[in-house]
Amino acid sequence: MKQKATAVLSAAALLFGAAGTAQAGTLEDVQSRGVLRCVVSTGIAGFAQPDANGVWRGFDVDFCRATAAAVLGDASKMEAVTSTGKTRFTKLNAGEGDVLWRNTTITFSRDVGVKLRFHGVNYYDGQGFMVKKSLGVTSAKQLDGASVCIQTGTTTELNLADYFAANNMKYEPVTIETNDEARQNYESGRCDVYTTDASGLSSTRSALPNPGDHIVLPEIISKEPLGPATRHGDDQWSDIVTWVLNATITAEELGVTMANVDQMKSSKNPEVLRLLGVDGNQGQELGLSQDWAYQIIKQIGNYGEIFERNIGVNTPLGIERGLNALWTKGGLMYSPPFR
Amino acid sequence: MTTLTNQTPKGLSRLWRNKESRGVIIQIITMAIVFALLAAIGRNVVVNLEAVGKDFSFDFLSWPAAYDIGFSPFIEYTNKSTHLMAGVVGLLNTLLIAFWGCILATLLGFLLGIMRLSSNWLVSRISYVFVEFVRNVPVLIHILAIYAIVVTILPATRQALSLGGDTFFLSNRGFYIPAPIYETGAGWVGIVLLISIALAIGFKRWARRVQDQTGKIYPVFWISLALLIGLPGIALIGTGFPISWDIPELKGFNFQGGMAIKPEFLALWLGLSYYTAAFIAEIVRAGITAVSHGQTEAAHALGLRPNRTLQLIIVPQALRIIVPPLCSQYLNLTKNSSLAIAIGYMDITATLGGISLMQTGKEMETMLIVMGVYLIISLLISSFMNWFNSRIKLTER
Repeated sequence: MKQKATAVLSAAALLFGAAGTAQAGTLEDVQSRGVLRCVVSTGIAGFAQPDANGVWRGFDVDFCRATAAAVLGDASKMEAVTSTGKTRFTKLNAGEGDVLWRNTTITFSRDVGVKLRFHGVNYYDGQGFMVKKSLGVTSAKQLDGASVCIQTGTTTELNLADYFAANNMKYEPVTIETNDEARQNYESGRCDVYTTDASGLSSTRSALPNPGDHIVLPEIISKEPLGPATRHGDDQWSDIVTWVLNATITAEELGVTMANVDQMKSSKNPEVLRLLGVDGNQGQELGLSQDWAYQIIKQIGNYGEIFERNIGVNTPLGIERGLNALWTKGGLMYSPPFR
Repeated sequence: MTTLTNQTPKGLSRLWRNKESRGVIIQIITMAIVFALLAAIGRNVVVNLEAVGKDFSFDFLSWPAAYDIGFSPFIEYTNKSTHLMAGVVGLLNTLLIAFWGCILATLLGFLLGIMRLSSNWLVSRISYVFVEFVRNVPVLIHILAIYAIVVTILPATRQALSLGGDTFFLSNRGFYIPAPIYETGAGWVGIVLLISIALAIGFKRWARRVQDQTGKIYPVFWISLALLIGLPGIALIGTGFPISWDIPELKGFNFQGGMAIKPEFLALWLGLSYYTAAFIAEIVRAGITAVSHGQTEAAHALGLRPNRTLQLIIVPQALRIIVPPLCSQYLNLTKNSSLAIAIGYMDITATLGGISLMQTGKEMETMLIVMGVYLIISLLISSFMNWFNSRIKLTER
């Protein structure tokens, strides 16, 4: 019930907290604190999970580290603020976290209604279904009457309702709070189907005792563009998060990697030089040090490296780049130019 | 006094020295501080919400909720219903669990409390060990444990345990039981049932009056039972059994038809009930022990049999001690039911205070509503228990 307690605490922060937590100055706050607080999930293999030594690892965590590298010059100066699907925005808006890197779908109501600022997409996802092979189900259209495990407070909850209504099917929603509880309920047979983003399904499947006994159905029923979010009202901080993400994508496009970033400093390509802070004053304009993007690539790597290290084909998750390949390679990853 | 009132220049210090007016002044100051604090909190809320660009409004209650609720036994709810309806579904689920929880907790609690006082060593020890174990483990752990047991130990739907010749089914998706279908004529049976209840109550009053006047005692319980079972039974036969049963049947992924007790409800209900029952057992024990043994001896000396002694002498006196703390336990149980969210039972904290909060981003508004709802439920329970307490209190003549 820790999540519950923190939701109440966040509400209490709204009651008693000093006004100003949500106003401009996040960069100064982070720099004077010396540590970046990222709102992450309570544990999704490959995306955000503590390793055996209790150090947070994963795709989303690496982007948080990249932000820390850009802002503080040290990728290790980050702190994970765990949150369930339900508590994440409250925690961000109450100022418990500086930025949210937590496989969060960008939607109209979250952008406008929940008053968040989104900064582009770091993973193009879509909602899918996972079932036990033994059920003999091959399509989501055959799921009429099934019990479906679903995480509360997510967009998947709404997509699911729409999908079953559109196909004139009935289902029993079994609403749970975290990915782990969902897995337990799915494993025990409390539900026939587990539904969440396809990336989350791959992650959950990889953590099951016999991943081969489970299949992810071919239907992808929604668009789930996942991306980082910050609070309204701090444009400078918004710019920083936006361009941290863009820097990793641009670096991949320009062929700048963790290994060659030092040689690249003497590249002939003017955009590489601008990215790495050799030319121009982009770091200064952001309010950061001149080598902010260099620090990201040096310590964390480019987008492709982050992807392959945490969730790519050579990891237990084994996810193909697909939509998340660069635009030059048939995907959707496209960063505005560093100019 | 007149000389004092003439000294007007020292009015203020005179007010302070007077005991009564000093009390009033202190109260005014305290109230001022409290209101200032409340105003500061209110201002903080407004300022902080404005800082993140949120307005304070309850308009979202009429927006479509867009999510489904798995457990809505009383009213029709679809994802096209409003957030308000989602809240109502949650509220009804909260009331359902609170109602059945209080009943089971009371029954179990009285049973355990009386067992604890038993002269049989084994019976009393069993109760003692159970009470001590249960009340020293947090209620959330109990709920999670029962839920885990229900979901992992019971068989899956397709291997469901069939009881009573394929009419009852037990699986980890719930306990499926036949549902009654009322056909034409069932209404008459219902009317006869109501009449027999009225007759039973009337008979009890009449028997009481006769006893007060003449001392003659009728076997009220047995005659009432005969009335309550016999008359509707005759009506059933007379109308030719207008009730049939909808028997659950495995179709596709799940059982269709019948009624189901879901594992979420079961885990929450049992967990809350036996946890609260452990506390009630101690209250009952204390209440009965507090009645002086001399009362029993006196009753026996007057020639009352042991069960009449318990019924007329011990219990009425013990109840006076039991009822006020029992009320607190009912309140605890009701509030603890908000732990439902841990296992996915859709109470008001899970619907309006959970999913609706999340989908609309209205933290302050939803939390205020949920708090208000729990406050109202608690006050209703308190006032009912106060009424009950005043009914059974010592009548002094």
